[in-house]
Amino acid sequence: MNALAVAPLLIPLLGATALLLAPSSRRQLQELLSVCIGLAHCVAAALLYHHTTLSGVSVVQIGSWSFPFGIGLLVDRFAALMVGVTALIGLTTVIYSIGAVASDLVRRHYYALLQFLLAGVSGAFLAGDLFNLFVWFEILLMASFVLLTLGRTAAQAEAGVKYLIINFFASSLFLMGAGLAFAEIGTLSMIDLGARLAITAGEGSSSPAVLFIAGLLLIAFAVKAGVFPVYAWLPASYHTPPTAVTALFAGLLTKVGIFALYRATTLIFPMYHHIIAPVCLVIGLCTMITGVFGAVAQMNIRKVLSFHIISQIGYMVLALGFWSSSALAAGIFYTLHHIIVKTNLFLIAGIIHKLTGTEQLRDMGGLYKKYPYLALLFLVPALSLSGVPPLSGFFAKFTLISAGFEGSFLLSAGIALAVGLLTFYSMTKIWNEAFWKAALVEVTADGKDSQSLKGVGVMLFSSILLAICTVLIGIFPGVLWDAAYVAAEQMMTPKIYVAAVEVAALP
Amino acid sequence: MNILLILVTGLLCACGVFLMLRRSAIRVLLGMMILSNAINLIIFVGAGTTPAIPPIIPADQSTLATAAAEPLSQALILTAIVIGFALFAFMMALLMRHCDHHNCDDLDLMTEELQ
Repeated sequence: MNALAVAPLLIPLLGATALLLAPSSRRQLQELLSVCIGLAHCVAAALLYHHTTLSGVSVVQIGSWSFPFGIGLLVDRFAALMVGVTALIGLTTVIYSIGAVASDLVRRHYYALLQFLLAGVSGAFLAGDLFNLFVWFEILLMASFVLLTLGRTAAQAEAGVKYLIINFFASSLFLMGAGLAFAEIGTLSMIDLGARLAITAGEGSSSPAVLFIAGLLLIAFAVKAGVFPVYAWLPASYHTPPTAVTALFAGLLTKVGIFALYRATTLIFPMYHHIIAPVCLVIGLCTMITGVFGAVAQMNIRKVLSFHIISQIGYMVLALGFWSSSALAAGIFYTLHHIIVKTNLFLIAGIIHKLTGTEQLRDMGGLYKKYPYLALLFLVPALSLSGVPPLSGFFAKFTLISAGFEGSFLLSAGIALAVGLLTFYSMTKIWNEAFWKAALVEVTADGKDSQSLKGVGVMLFSSILLAICTVLIGIFPGVLWDAAYVAAEQMMTPKIYVAAVEVAALP
Repeated sequence: MNILLILVTGLLCACGVFLMLRRSAIRVLLGMMILSNAINLIIFVGAGTTPAIPPIIPADQSTLATAAAEPLSQALILTAIVIGFALFAFMMALLMRHCDHHNCDDLDLMTEELQ
């Protein structure tokens, strides 16, 4: 069990080391190594998920230090699901990068940085200790800083400064919260924090010190997730790095913030949900609305998609605001579906950029006439994001809104539906501008020579892979929904985690 | 002693945030450094600063004395210092790149070109 839990962390870390040691000028070697590491990561994640279906929640103490000392890895269904999706997105991005990333970026250790990022993300999903979570956050943040500014353009430096300052501040808040939690409550393990708080604070209490710590931690996670009103760093920076990097960021980094939000609220501070849930409700609604209005107003394809990330993050925060098992399950389902769909949309935006040479919607056009199959490929994640059946987004939105109706949050459910409509409008905007309208400048066959289109096949392959996942989730939603429901039920009963610790302590 | 330390950390936090909101890139850098130091001090103060027994278990006992100093917060601070140092180094390189491009360290020049 120890090896199984640690493998999804170690494989990308050791792989990144191997990629650093291998000469970065040998592009084929780097690509081959990366694909092998990605496949191994997927296998490890699948085995870990299979283990959680057999044995529920497990706590792995690293270095055989007994609980609550030492660093613990918390492996529950939610963590295993997220690690699985991380491995899938990692492999897909690596395959996409084979065709999309320029050789001078590869020479600057792009593939090693990618694996460091995946290691940080996997570690953050498996962390069972507040300070260990901070360290994994910093690992993935550091890798994301370097990946963001890898091309050394002026726009990237500017975006990097904005991204770095705000994320540094969020990390400082997180560190302050973790330090104060240790000072106030006396422990850092998340399960132990939750257990001690449950003893000292019954249902419906509000100790100011603990509320302050909760506020610090949740604000830090909210900045990372990109919720209203602290999301401005996201559309300011996500449109500058290479398209493969943006796809990875969009799929994974904000979801780490959402994961930490869910984890902290259900495991550490469940007794304060009467304060946290209404705040999440209001913030989720504001995030949805401002995100989608921002998307409607943009003319750069990656900026439109960046604002969509924010709008969909609002849905996931709204799920936390409803505070019920079915709502949390809907939130988990939404997170998983959204990771796949968002990454796919950014991959397709990269393909469009390669085919038309521009990212401004005004300068594009005529793609439907020239590449009708690309238009079909774009429609799959676009309609899924908008919530059109029978794709995965429909079931994600349906379960979330029905959970809202169950909890009598009628206004919130109505706003969620309206925002879905506006999301659909902004997707049709991309469709009209990029695919449907006639091209302004006729791109003839000799205009785009085979050299510049080299690698599009590999990029298309990775996008098709994710589109197939979206369609499969849409056709068989029960598989993912059952997994998400089990995960949500686990998270809503913190006693299971304490029991798992006692099981782990047995010799 | 404790209350003085707490006031100092609060003051340092305020200075750090104030500097991070300034226009000059150098001041932002300094603000980042002061803020990370302030938060490390918060962890330090949170562990308690009363005189205490060193956290070493004597040879004839198996657990730490209850009045011993808290060693875990020192480990947290060390990790945080290292991470902050790496962030600071990268931020410095990034701001230098920005300053090279604009030939001065005015962060207000960082307005994106309108599309």
